Amino acid sequence: MLLRPNPASGVPIYLQLMEQVKHAIETGALRAGEQLPGIRPLAEELVINANTVAKAYRELEHEGVIELRHGAGAFVSANSRPKKATETLRAGQAVVADAVRKLRDRGVTNEEIRRLFEAELAGVAKTGEPRG
Amino acid sequence: MAESIVVETVELHKRYGAVDALCGLSLRVPAGSIFGFLGRNGAGKTTTIKILLGMAHPGGGRATVFGLAADDRAASVEIRRRTAFVSDEKDLYDGMTVAEMIRFTAGFFPRWRGDLEQRYLRSFELPPDRKVKALSRGMRTKLALLLSLSRGAELLVLDEPTAGLDPAMTEEVLQALVGHAAREGMTIFFSSHQIAEVEQIADAVAIIDRGRTIVAGALDELREKFRRVQLVFAGDAPEGAFDSPGVARVRRNGRVLTVLATAGAESILDRGRALQAVSMDVVPVTLKEIFLESVAAED
Repeated sequence: MLLRPNPASGVPIYLQLMEQVKHAIETGALRAGEQLPGIRPLAEELVINANTVAKAYRELEHEGVIELRHGAGAFVSANSRPKKATETLRAGQAVVADAVRKLRDRGVTNEEIRRLFEAELAGVAKTGEPRG
Repeated sequence: MAESIVVETVELHKRYGAVDALCGLSLRVPAGSIFGFLGRNGAGKTTTIKILLGMAHPGGGRATVFGLAADDRAASVEIRRRTAFVSDEKDLYDGMTVAEMIRFTAGFFPRWRGDLEQRYLRSFELPPDRKVKALSRGMRTKLALLLSLSRGAELLVLDEPTAGLDPAMTEEVLQALVGHAAREGMTIFFSSHQIAEVEQIADAVAIIDRGRTIVAGALDELREKFRRVQLVFAGDAPEGAFDSPGVARVRRNGRVLTVLATAGAESILDRGRALQAVSMDVVPVTLKEIFLESVAAED
């Protein structure tokens, strides 16, 4: 895992660390259950304030990305779903927006659109298989 | 985390002859922080430190360390008992060897930490048998640091600790400070005119200029609150529309307006929209820019 905050960037160092840990999880450099470096060793290695590392870990814990186990250290959460999920949702939102716009262009009303979506979802639920 | 304050000055004044060294300097150093005290040469950094340690008397205002009045004689003894200080001159005895200097200093401090002494002797690679006068500048700094870190003090005050050190040596000193603060949970107050090192290890800062505090606070908060906003208008940029609290500086150049915000960009963007700016960009501001802007603002 590569953690390298840039103190001179103007972005708070703890935010940079949070992003870098999340990125490491996304790319698979860090996996669920794996341990992160200790606060003190990491602070010394990066030559940054230990309070800053502690703050990044606290915030990551708050977001459910990692777990702080008392006395044992910091571990990647088993159900850690950083960014990926939100990115998928964001992409999905764009698809839906596009579909809604096209339907409206054809004169389909909001109520009809809603019914079409529900019918489609109900169909998905019946087969139990999400498509796509 | 309840924040307790280790060092506090309120409206501190000091005059040397006709020169106002300090004119209303206020700062608060939270316990357990690494506090960067940033200013140009002659800004009043050393004068402030001298007052905190009872080596100079304030002409006005108040200075406390551990809640004790710095200008009270008995209180000052107590302050110095609990505070380790490394001056920019690194007061050492040239005739002694490194080992003698350590033994000599240890004798004054009942809470001397032999474990830390050994740790730093090793990590700083100090030659025990070398005479102090034969040490390089970097070695002298490291020895002075070893003597201060091993005292078992609660507060470490450093006046320009990395002055004159090469980058590798500077990094070594910063690493020792970061590690020490984390392990021992002590408060470190260090003056510097090196923005990069303050930015790297401090969690709270005060930028002073001409004896006054210009900007102070938690470094992360400053990084989050300071924003540079560039607004482009269709015609000439409106004049005066952005002068308000939370704006440190406005530069106008034809259709382009650059605003330095000290309290986030939101209100600036709102006003920009109301004034129908055709484009708006927000960029973070580095500590260096904050320093240069706030110091330059006075010129």
